[in-house]
Amino acid sequence: MELPFFYLFSVGIIGASILMVTRANVIHAALLLVLTFFFLSGVYVLAGAEFLAVVQILLYAGGIMVLYLFSIMLMSVDVAVRLRQFHRQTIFAMATAVLLALEIWMVLSRGTSYPAFKSFGWGIGATPGNVEALGSVLYTQFLFPFEVASVLLLAAMIGAIVLAKRTIDR
Amino acid sequence: MVPLSHYLALGAIMFVIGVAGVLMRRNAIIILMSIELMLNAVNITFVGFARQLGDLTGQVFAIFVITVAAAEAAVGLAILIALNRDRTILNVDEVNLLKW
Repeated sequence: MELPFFYLFSVGIIGASILMVTRANVIHAALLLVLTFFFLSGVYVLAGAEFLAVVQILLYAGGIMVLYLFSIMLMSVDVAVRLRQFHRQTIFAMATAVLLALEIWMVLSRGTSYPAFKSFGWGIGATPGNVEALGSVLYTQFLFPFEVASVLLLAAMIGAIVLAKRTIDR
Repeated sequence: MVPLSHYLALGAIMFVIGVAGVLMRRNAIIILMSIELMLNAVNITFVGFARQLGDLTGQVFAIFVITVAAAEAAVGLAILIALNRDRTILNVDEVNLLKW
């Protein structure tokens, strides 16, 4: 039962992201990226990562993409639509992307003989639940990286304020 | 249960779409959004491996990737706003002051 839904979400992700990359209007692209993130959170639910699915919608679709949309509103979209959208190097860019895809496909197709893992899917309603288990791992085993990530966020916040400020008072 | 190879293939396809977007678009905001797409493709791989191995470490790393993506979006958009205010630049190939 999981597999049809996975294919549905995959088709949604791939279709919306291809549309996102090719749109001329930036606002359409941003909304298509939000659609991609919604499909992606569906994939996360299928993979048993319920907390990540919720974070994907709250933080990505609700936080980061709103930041993008605010920034787009500050710029002149109607001018940007009329400009040339693609580089002159588009053919080389496509060739590079196809080459990268072939490379990844070769690596993945040769790596099929991985050892059998103890695969247990923590289902919905399992104890401890996904949020509880994730929190206990994050605040014990990964406490130091967690603190480093918070410092990174603080630095990014200060940097964004300094960069976007009109003039720096001296 | 969805096999691991499906997650890896989905992540790879999404990553390649993001790479193509970064390389061929001129609009700086769409390039930033393509980078978000690539980061999310890596997250799919992490979550797929977490599912396959029965280990939560992949999901923890996906949370860290989301943190880095938020920081990158904030700083990148601040740079774009600063560029747009000074010279109304929207495309990356107009930012050529340091080009030799």
